[in-house]
Amino acid sequence: MTANILEATGITKRFDGFAALTSVDFALLKGERVGLIGPNGSGKSTFVNCITGILAPDEGSITFDANDITKTPAWLRARRGLARTYQIPRPFRGMTIQENIEVPLRFAVGHKSARVISEAAQVILDQVGLGEKSDLSPKGLTQVELRKLELGRALAARPKVLIADEVMAGLSESEVDEILALLNRLNAEGISILLIEHIMRAVMLFSQRIVVIVAGCKIADGLPDDVMQQEEVERAYLGE
Amino acid sequence: MEFSWDLVINAIVTGIVLGGFYAAVAIGVTIAFGMLDIVNIAHPAFMIAGSYLAFLGWESFGFDPFVSMAVFAPCGYLFGRAFYRAYHYFFERRGDESLQGLAFFFGILFIVEIGVVLVFGVDYRSISEPYLESSVSVGFVSVPWRMLVPFLVGLGMLGSVHLYLSRTFTGRTILAVSQDVEAVRLIGANPIRAKEIAFGIAVATAIIAGVLLIIIQPVEPSITREYIGRAFAICVLGGIASIPGTLVASLILGVAEALTTTFYGPSWSPAVSFGLLLLTLIFRPVGIFGR
Amino acid sequence: MAATVLLGPYVSEYYYLATYTILQFIVLGTAWNILGGYGGYVNFGTAGFFAIGCYTTIVLNKIFPMPLFFEMLAAAVTAGLVGLGTGYLTLRLRGVFFSIATLALAIVLQTLVVNWSFVGGARGVYVIRPPISGVLMAFFGFFVPNGISYVQFLVVLMVALAMFAVLAAWAVEKSWIGIGLAAIRDDESAAETSGVPSLRLKLIATTMSGAIMGMAGAPFPYYVTYVDPATAFGLAIAVNSIAMPLVGGTATWWGPVVGAILLGSAQQILTVTISSAANLFIVGVLLVVFLTAAPRGVVGIVRSWKRGRK
Repeated sequence: MTANILEATGITKRFDGFAALTSVDFALLKGERVGLIGPNGSGKSTFVNCITGILAPDEGSITFDANDITKTPAWLRARRGLARTYQIPRPFRGMTIQENIEVPLRFAVGHKSARVISEAAQVILDQVGLGEKSDLSPKGLTQVELRKLELGRALAARPKVLIADEVMAGLSESEVDEILALLNRLNAEGISILLIEHIMRAVMLFSQRIVVIVAGCKIADGLPDDVMQQEEVERAYLGE
Repeated sequence: MEFSWDLVINAIVTGIVLGGFYAAVAIGVTIAFGMLDIVNIAHPAFMIAGSYLAFLGWESFGFDPFVSMAVFAPCGYLFGRAFYRAYHYFFERRGDESLQGLAFFFGILFIVEIGVVLVFGVDYRSISEPYLESSVSVGFVSVPWRMLVPFLVGLGMLGSVHLYLSRTFTGRTILAVSQDVEAVRLIGANPIRAKEIAFGIAVATAIIAGVLLIIIQPVEPSITREYIGRAFAICVLGGIASIPGTLVASLILGVAEALTTTFYGPSWSPAVSFGLLLLTLIFRPVGIFGR
Repeated sequence: MAATVLLGPYVSEYYYLATYTILQFIVLGTAWNILGGYGGYVNFGTAGFFAIGCYTTIVLNKIFPMPLFFEMLAAAVTAGLVGLGTGYLTLRLRGVFFSIATLALAIVLQTLVVNWSFVGGARGVYVIRPPISGVLMAFFGFFVPNGISYVQFLVVLMVALAMFAVLAAWAVEKSWIGIGLAAIRDDESAAETSGVPSLRLKLIATTMSGAIMGMAGAPFPYYVTYVDPATAFGLAIAVNSIAMPLVGGTATWWGPVVGAILLGSAQQILTVTISSAANLFIVGVLLVVFLTAAPRGVVGIVRSWKRGRK
């Protein structure tokens, strides 16, 4: 029936009277690459938090892979294949990098054997370029490496949908390209990706479709070139 | 216990008066924990220190309790500032504050309580002044000055703190820190210094509350633990960071305790505050005025 | 265990009493650490769970005398259920509210006991030690021909309980439960989005922790023969069960054991030489000192030393 892997309908979230999100509709097709942009504070992260289950929306519903997950707890959504990275990296500081990756392998994917988990972790670490650092603590990592760890951890959950929340912020051009290449590879393997970014070059290169959220409302949703030409979007970015 | 309206009204009045005092106890927790996220469960320990300081002042120098307040509250303020500096240096900066920070305050609470036992023993200590001995009567309701004075001072303290926080620059910085630490940095103010001052104020209020306590009743060291429940119950019930909430919650607690004591006896009263706290946490954790 | 029993008639009763107390703290500290050290949720109400164990024994003993073993089971179940209930009601909130709730729980329980005349209210209650069952006597008779005293029996029981507690902690630590708790402790949201069922794990930890604490309390009435709420809910239990794991080190199972032995022995020695209030004071001071200077406890010190040597 529907090829949508992820659907959010009428998502509204208020914080003490302030409407962070107002009736946002969103759909992600299987295998699609969608970019989500919007000024700081527009509600993008709140939206992600609602989708992943960290926050409960006041109104609206969320469907994942044809199942209603509006009331499903966050950990179960992760197990079903909905993974995310955090805008500000949140590694498990008391564990080694490898152990960080092992957590979703154990809990989201459900591997039981220590050997299998360890091997799979090493594969993922190599994939994101942290293979040499598996025994180190996250405390000594650079920003780039922390972002890679975030991605690695999201990957380890073997997601069907990956939400990358500002994973490229503050990276150099070549580093941005590195991450883009990785994301494209993942997409080629079948993972649907929602990319939330401020780096317009990356968003334009990567997205098949762009969604724009400003002040908690979705104001545009379509092909990248079309959307970027829209008046409201220009206004939101150039200021009024 | 026979039910009679006289008893109920007396209990309610007593409760309201007691509530004013409880507000004085809880305001420090509202500031430190509610606004600044510092889980100072040692707050009652600072309070009991204030009680014993007042006792020392009275016994050794003949200090009137108001004199004690004037002398010891500023000391409390300075001590609070220094204490927060140390806490910030050792715990907040480290980032893994929850477990160690909580245990730290628990340790302080413990040290102060046992310290008081070692220095003063477990006997009750009290002070008395001639003007505290009489009561005010309206109809069949009579309230002793012993309780009225703390009630009035408590209200006064709440009012002053509220004014300070809303009218002065430092006060408003403190309120801003309670909402968004990063934003405060961005406007060039120093959030750490604001927290330091706020904590100093919180300890000063604890000292004053301690003096008020020993005015109301004789004190002994284990009272400290009862007040953890009261202070946090009020703070949580009132909405964590809300000063009007603190007042309302204090009055509610005061009346609830007075009614319980009147009809069920005093041995149930510690359960009232802690029970109220548990119920609030379970059913409405944001409290009355909280968000 | 064999050593304890064999030394039996040759060592004064005092050492048995001291050993019992230290073993009890090994159990309490280890239980506390399952939720506190591994999970990062501080329980201030250890005394409450311990007292549930004590009073379960007292109540059962009054109604229907039964072997201590069953009383311990009952204590474990009761305390475990209370832990589960408290956890269910408060673990969705921030960790700090859970901690305050445990404190509230302990005081509410104490107030209930104080007002409950069946268990003696504030005045306390005397308990008669039941005879050691025939089976156990025969078992011990195998090692010690003269038979053992009741206190020695309790010590042996405590050794068994301590071994059980430590084994449980070790098992939790190495298992998926321990790893999940560690993730929760480091960052609960990130753990959730990595698939860790945080509420479930926290409830498991709280229930286990509470149940073991209850089991530690169950033999206590027979040990002291007179129980009053002030002792059962006492400050010594509350502070030691937190200080010992923190001083010893909360990261792993042997931290609370080391902490219990160190602090416990120190207290036994100090109580003899100075007052008991003073020795609790020192525990408090040590707790604060370690928190400030050596937050990882003895475990942390040993591990850094080992790393330095490599």
